[in-house]
Amino acid sequence: MAGKMTAPALETSGLSKSFGALNVASDIDFRLEQGARHALIGPNGAGKTSFVNLVTGALRASSGTIQLGGADITTLSQAARVKRGLVRTFQINALFRQLCVLENVTLAIAERRGVGGDLLRPSGRHRTIIDEAYGLLETLGLADQALLPINALAYGRQRLVEIAVALGLQPKVLLLDEPAAGIPSGESSVIISLIERLPSDIALLIIEHDMDLVFRLARKITVLVQGRILVEGPPEAIAADPRVRDVYLGERGRR
Amino acid sequence: MAADDARAATVDAFARRHRFRALEAVPWLLALAGYVLFPGYLPLGAQILATILFVLSADLVLGYAGIVTLGHAAFFGTGAYTAGLLAANGWGEPLSGLVAAALIAALVGFLSGLIILRTTGLALLMQTLVVAATLYEAANKAGRWTGGDDGLSGVVMWPIFGVFRFDMFGRTAYTYCLAVLFLGWLLARQIVHSPFGRSLTGARENTARMHAIGAPVAKRRLIIYTISAALAGVSGALIAQTTSFVGLTSLSLERSGNALIMLIIGGVGRLYGAFIGVPLFMIAQDRFSKADPVYWYFWLGLLMVAVVVFARGGVLGIFERLWKWPAK
Repeated sequence: MAGKMTAPALETSGLSKSFGALNVASDIDFRLEQGARHALIGPNGAGKTSFVNLVTGALRASSGTIQLGGADITTLSQAARVKRGLVRTFQINALFRQLCVLENVTLAIAERRGVGGDLLRPSGRHRTIIDEAYGLLETLGLADQALLPINALAYGRQRLVEIAVALGLQPKVLLLDEPAAGIPSGESSVIISLIERLPSDIALLIIEHDMDLVFRLARKITVLVQGRILVEGPPEAIAADPRVRDVYLGERGRR
Repeated sequence: MAADDARAATVDAFARRHRFRALEAVPWLLALAGYVLFPGYLPLGAQILATILFVLSADLVLGYAGIVTLGHAAFFGTGAYTAGLLAANGWGEPLSGLVAAALIAALVGFLSGLIILRTTGLALLMQTLVVAATLYEAANKAGRWTGGDDGLSGVVMWPIFGVFRFDMFGRTAYTYCLAVLFLGWLLARQIVHSPFGRSLTGARENTARMHAIGAPVAKRRLIIYTISAALAGVSGALIAQTTSFVGLTSLSLERSGNALIMLIIGGVGRLYGAFIGVPLFMIAQDRFSKADPVYWYFWLGLLMVAVVVFARGGVLGIFERLWKWPAK
């Protein structure tokens, strides 16, 4: 990548994690460029979610380093990484289910603005936060359901809230863990078009099973197998790669 | 324009949630009415008011922060012994006794929380038990100061502000407990509506997500645990000061467990569960124990079973369902 002055949005070097004899990540060298639309795919148990947990700090790496925009974040806490703009969504909805849609987003914005620990003023007095959250819901087409608890929403809508909470943190790097998981395929177009419309300065890493979604959104694909990077490249190359067909696409094709 | 109206309506509705509602005056009006209507029951009334503060403090950790505890009596008892020992050793000024009780209980809450809040679920539950049991045995062994099994007597209180003596009818005690409960309730209410309190509820709903939005969950849990311990300590001090006695039971598992039962009867995580559960439980206890001195605990147990089976969310849960019923 000669001539490129800016550091990658996210970079791991020799990232490894093992639980006893089980290696969930082995020596992963991974680069996510600024503004990337990058997908991470692999068969079940390939270590995709473990990789996300390592990068976000939910898991501690056994060895290797993680850099965010050129700064080493390997030893930072999960909260500190979020403050620096490294944000994730969850494959299974991880929302505050009894709280309303608006509050799910205000909680995130309050943390970003550093007032999440405020004991003195009622949350209703933080009007700028509520306004910002409402604006975000408007752009995602969720405003008319702002006061409904998550429990009362259709699953596809919940997936949108999932992304809204992440966007409330104004991410620089956004890890989308199976954003369309559990949605009937006819409805996933809403999620796909939302992801297509995300600001181009957010570097996206999409961890996905759904090949339609991956090939529509990603400009680069990394294939992970048994905790290792098998191959990396543009979608056409990945689709044509016989090794990928063997371990992943082939397995799906046989089904 | 329609979108602007919708925005204003939604944002306003959300921003007004912390405002006082008329319904919130009901417990206080009832408490004042009780003072006038039942002058013969003021000592029991004072106990009920002080216990409401204890159960309210438990609601902060259990209902809002989702910290399951069976050892909250540790802080109640710490406060009771702090105030009791001060008064028994020549310092009977009540308000400074409350402050001392709050501080010492907060310290115990902070130090024990520092260790035990690293765990969750059953492991945490066991450790809260251990903390309370340890203090119980410590108070038992330190009989020279605490009176051990016999309890701490010789608690002599000075008048409040040097003016209001604790009378034998419980008038001062009742008013005193009501005033302190009111302040404690204001504080608790403030906390649960603050961004801090909302973030605790978020952590209760989904801890992993709270971490993922960058919240220092462990630190916030420790803070609420400490605040709750202080309030529980004040509650214990109130009972020590108004009954002039501190027994070992103030640190017992029974007291921790009863607090949970009262909270569940009233409704968990609703701020007002304590205001319903405590009077129901304590009045039932008073009545049952007089009507059926041998088996009264059985009737309390039956009440508890009825709530768990028929009224999830306690009495407040019933009200909430009735409230929503016509709308659906």
